[in-house]
Amino acid sequence: MRLIVPLQGVVQGRGGLILGSLIPCALFYFLQLYLKRHRSPKPQSNPPSPTTSSPKLAEMTRTSSRSNLFSRSIGQVRISSRAISIAKPNESPYYIGLDKASEDPYDRLSNPDGVIQLGLSENRLCFDLIEKWMSENLGHSITGRDNGELNINGIATYQPFDGTMELKLAMAGFMSHIMGGAVTFEPSQVVLTAGATPAIETLCFCLADQGNAFLVPTPYYPGFDRDVKFRTGVELIPVHCRSTDNFALSITALDQAFNQTRKHGTKIRGILLSNPANPVGNLLSWEMLYAILDFAREKNIHVISDEIFAGSMYGNEEFVSMAEVLDSEGFDKNRVHIVYGLSKDLSLPGFRVGVIYSFNENVLAAARKLTRFSSVSAPTQRLLVSMLSDARFIEEYIKTNKRRLQNMHALFVAGLKGLNIRCADSSAGLYCWADMSKLISSYSEKGELELWDKLLNVGKINVTPGSACHCIEPGWFRCCFTTLAEEDIPVVLERIRKAVENTTDLLNSS
Amino acid sequence: MTQTRYYRTRSPEPEKEKTGGGGGTAMRVIVPLQGVVQGRGGLVLGSIIPCALFYFLQFYLKRNRDDPDDKNESNSTSQNPTIRSPSSEHLTELPGLTRSLSRALLSPRNSGPVSISARVSGIVKGGDSPYYMGLKRVKEDPYDELDNPNGVIQLGLAENKLSLDLVKDWLAENAREAILGNGKELSVSGIAPYQPFDGLMEFKVAVAGFMSQVMENAVSFNPSQMVLTAGATPAIEILSFCLADTGNAFLVPTPYYPGFDRDVKWRTGVEIIHVPCRSAENFHLSIAALDRSFNQAKKRGLKVRGVIISNPSNPVGNLLNRETLYSLLDFAREKNIHIISNEILAGSTHGNEEFVSMAEIVDQEDTDRKRVHIVYGLSKDLSLPGFRVGVIYTFNEDVLAAARKLSRFSATSAPTQRLLISMLSDTKFVRTFITTNRERLQRMYVQLVAGLEKMGIKSIKSSGGFYCWADMSGFISSYSEKGEVELWDKLLNIGKVNVTPGSCCHCIEPGWFRFCFATLTEKDIPVVMERIQKVLKPVN
Repeated sequence: MRLIVPLQGVVQGRGGLILGSLIPCALFYFLQLYLKRHRSPKPQSNPPSPTTSSPKLAEMTRTSSRSNLFSRSIGQVRISSRAISIAKPNESPYYIGLDKASEDPYDRLSNPDGVIQLGLSENRLCFDLIEKWMSENLGHSITGRDNGELNINGIATYQPFDGTMELKLAMAGFMSHIMGGAVTFEPSQVVLTAGATPAIETLCFCLADQGNAFLVPTPYYPGFDRDVKFRTGVELIPVHCRSTDNFALSITALDQAFNQTRKHGTKIRGILLSNPANPVGNLLSWEMLYAILDFAREKNIHVISDEIFAGSMYGNEEFVSMAEVLDSEGFDKNRVHIVYGLSKDLSLPGFRVGVIYSFNENVLAAARKLTRFSSVSAPTQRLLVSMLSDARFIEEYIKTNKRRLQNMHALFVAGLKGLNIRCADSSAGLYCWADMSKLISSYSEKGELELWDKLLNVGKINVTPGSACHCIEPGWFRCCFTTLAEEDIPVVLERIRKAVENTTDLLNSS
Repeated sequence: MTQTRYYRTRSPEPEKEKTGGGGGTAMRVIVPLQGVVQGRGGLVLGSIIPCALFYFLQFYLKRNRDDPDDKNESNSTSQNPTIRSPSSEHLTELPGLTRSLSRALLSPRNSGPVSISARVSGIVKGGDSPYYMGLKRVKEDPYDELDNPNGVIQLGLAENKLSLDLVKDWLAENAREAILGNGKELSVSGIAPYQPFDGLMEFKVAVAGFMSQVMENAVSFNPSQMVLTAGATPAIEILSFCLADTGNAFLVPTPYYPGFDRDVKWRTGVEIIHVPCRSAENFHLSIAALDRSFNQAKKRGLKVRGVIISNPSNPVGNLLNRETLYSLLDFAREKNIHIISNEILAGSTHGNEEFVSMAEIVDQEDTDRKRVHIVYGLSKDLSLPGFRVGVIYTFNEDVLAAARKLSRFSATSAPTQRLLISMLSDTKFVRTFITTNRERLQRMYVQLVAGLEKMGIKSIKSSGGFYCWADMSGFISSYSEKGEVELWDKLLNIGKVNVTPGSCCHCIEPGWFRFCFATLTEKDIPVVMERIQKVLKPVN
C-alpha cells in the first residue's frame, strides 16, 4: 500500500520489530480518537448535568436550549483567528511613521512645524504635467464620446474584471516604452489589478499554497510582509544582502537560504525580486538575471520580478527587464511573472492600477478569475487609455520625470554628504538608502530605532528604518525624496542635523 | 464493538469533571486524552499512547535528521529504480551519489514543468457551470435589435440598464468638475497620490447618506463604521476572511446568488452549507431549516461561523420581514455566530412591501451589534457595476480594523471616488434617480410576469431586485437537474435567450429559472416571449 511504503525505510532501517508493532498501535489509537471526536454533539447540550443528580437530567435536557442561550450570549462573538492578527495595531515603525506624518503633515506655509514625509514612496515631482493633461483632456477621456455621443455602456456596466482590452494594449505599449523599447509585451498576457499590491497577492495565491515560502532578498519593501503573508499563508524567507556588496544579490546567499529552509521542511515555491530594488535603488544586471533564472530552473521554482520602478531611472546604468533576458536566452518562460503598475512610474497611486504579466497560461487563467476581487474602476480605465495613448504626453512625461528625479537625487545625496552621511550607489527609484550607522548609539536594531524615533519626534522627519525592510545591518535608512520640493531639502537637512546633534549630545552626557 | 456502544450511551460530561479533579497538575497534552483513557480500558490505551508518542518522536527525528537523506527521499522517483533492483553492492556507492546529487537532480527536474499552487488549480479548471457558460455565450454573440437580431438575449446578468440615461446625462454635465474639483483650481493632488485604501472620508459620508436615502431614512449609517472596497464581491470575501478560518462554514439559504460560491470559498477556504428553502413556502427562510442545517454541519465536524442572507434576496426577489430578521438574530445569538446581510438590492425594490434593513433591527438591540455585518454597493442600486464600489458596514471594531487593512487589496480608484462624491451629493439627481428607477423596474417586472403567465409560467411574487423567479418545472422533460439543464440548453441554443437555471443557485427543486429583466428594453419583452414560446411548444 502507498501508505506503508514511505515508512518501510524507517522500519527496515532500525528495529523492525519495535516499529512494526508500534505502527499498528498508533493507527489503532488514531482510529479511536477519530471515532471519539465524531461521535456526538451531545456534550455541549447539557452543561448543567454534572451538578444535578440523575432524576433531574431528563428535565434539564429539554430546557437546555434556553439555558444555553443565557450562558452563551454573555460570551462575545469571535472573529477569525487570521483576522485577529491582522486587526492588531501597527507595530512596525514603517506604519507608525506613516500615520504620524499623515496626522501632522508638514506644509511650508500652513504647518511649518509638521512632520516631513520621507517614508511614503510617492512621486510628486511631475504632478504639474498630469494636471495639465487632465485639464485639457479629462472631459472627453472618461465619458469617451463616439461621434459626440457619450458612451455610458463602456463605463457603467460590467466590464471584464481583468481589465478592458484597450487598457491592456495601452499598458503593454507603455511598459515597453518605459523599458526603452527593448521588450514588447503581449496584451493578452496582461492581467490588470487594483494596484501592484493585489497583483503580488494574486500571484502568491497562484504560485504557493499555505505554508509554502518565497525567497526575498533583503532589504525589501516593508509592504511585502502584508501583501504576501496577510491572507495567503505564504512565508517569506529573507536572503540577506550586505553593504560590502552594495546590497547586490548573490546566488550563494540564495542557495544557502534555499537549503536552510528545506531543512526545516518548508517548501520554497519561488523568488520574489524587486528590480530596480526598493529600498536600495540598484539594478540587477543581465548576468545576474541569467543566474537567477538558472537557479530557478535548477530548483524548479518560480520567479516574481517586481519591476514597478522600471521607468523611474535617474542613473546611467541600463535597466534590463526579466522579460528581455527570457526572450533571448531560451529559458522556460512558464516560471516567470512580472509585476508592474502605474503608481510609481506615472505617479498615480491613487488610481490603483497594477499589472500581472505572466507567461504561464495556468497562472493567467487563475489570475484572471481572481481579479473579480480587485478590479480597476472603468472610468479610471477610460481615462488611462487616453492618457497612455497620448504619445506626445508620455514622451514628455518620461523625459521630464527622469530629469527631475536626477536633479532631486543629486541634491539630496549631496546634502546628506554634507552631513557626513553616505548613501548606497543607486540608479533608480524614489529613494536614497542612507548609512547612518555612525550616528546610532548602539550598533543594533535598538540603536537604529532610537535614531528613527529621534528623527521623527525631535527632527520631525519620517524616514523608514532599515529594520522595517529586514536589513541585516543596523543603521540604514530609506529616505524618499520625491515627495519634496527643492526648497524643502535644506529644511530636511537642517532637521536631520538638529536631531543628530541631540543624539550626540545625549551620548556625551551619558 | 461492545465497548464502543457502551461508551456511546454514557454522557461524557461527568468524565470531564473527573479529569478536572484528578489530573489538575498533569501536562496539558495529556489532559484531553485522559477522558479517553479512563473511559475505556485504561490499560490498553494507556500503553498505546506512549507508544504512539514515541513513534512520532522517531518519525520526527528521522525527518529532520540530515539533508543528504532528505535529498535521497525527494529524489526517490528517479533514483529508486537503479538503487532498488540491484543488491547491496550498489548501496555502498551511495556516498558517491550524494556528492553529485545536485547535478543529478538537475536533469530529471528540468523536464517537469513548474507547477502552480494546488488551491488555484481548482479555480483554473472550474467555470463550467451553466451560469458562466451562458454569460460567455452572450458575450460572444450579443443580441442587438438592429445589428444582430439573431444574437442571444441576456437575461442572466444581474445588471440594471433601465435608468442609465439619467446617469449618462449627469456625467455629461458634471464629470470633469466632479473629478478635478469645480472651476478654477484644478486639483490633481486629490486623485493622483495615495488615498486611504478603505475610501475617502467624504466618499464614506456620501455613501452613508445614499444608503439611508435608499432605505427611506429608516436607518442612519455612521460613516466611520464603513469600509469601501472595489465592489461588493471583495466586500463579501473580506468578511469571509475576517469571520471564518479555513475549514469553517457559513449557512446560506438556497437558492442563492451563484457568485457566492466564488466569493466565499475560493481563496478563504471557507465552506458554504446550504439551507434549503422551498416553493411551498414561497422560498421564505425558516429558522427550523437553519437549525437543521446548523446541526447537520456540526455533526460533520464543521464549525459554523455565520449566516449569509441576501435581502432583498437574489434570485427570488422576496424580502425578509421584521419578524424573520428578529428570529434570525435570536438564532445567531443562541448559536453565537455572525450574520452577513447582503443588502445590495435595498434600493431596487419595486413592490409595496417595506424593506427592513438588518441595521434597523440591531439599532435597538445593543448587545448583538457586534455580530451583524452589512454588505452594500453601488452596482445595483445606482446601476454602476463598472465603477467597482462595494461597502462593508459593521458594528464590530475588530472586523472594522481588519477589513480596513485588507482593503489594500481592493481599493476603489480615486477619480471614481471623486466622481461619485459629487454624484451622490447631488440630492436632486439622487432623488430623481431612485424614484424613476423604481417605477421603471416595476413596469418591466409587471410586463415580464404577465408575458410569462400567458405561456403558463408562474413566478414567485417579487418585491425587489431585477429578477423574476419562474417555475418552468412543467416544461422540463424529467423532474431533475438534468431535465432543467436540458431546458436551459434549449432556451440558450434554440431560443437564444440566456437565463440562469435554478441548479446554479443551488435550488433544491428542479425547474426554476431566474430571468433578469433590467438589461432589456420594453420592446425586447415580446421578442423574449416569442423565443421562449418557440422552445416550449414541442414539449407542450
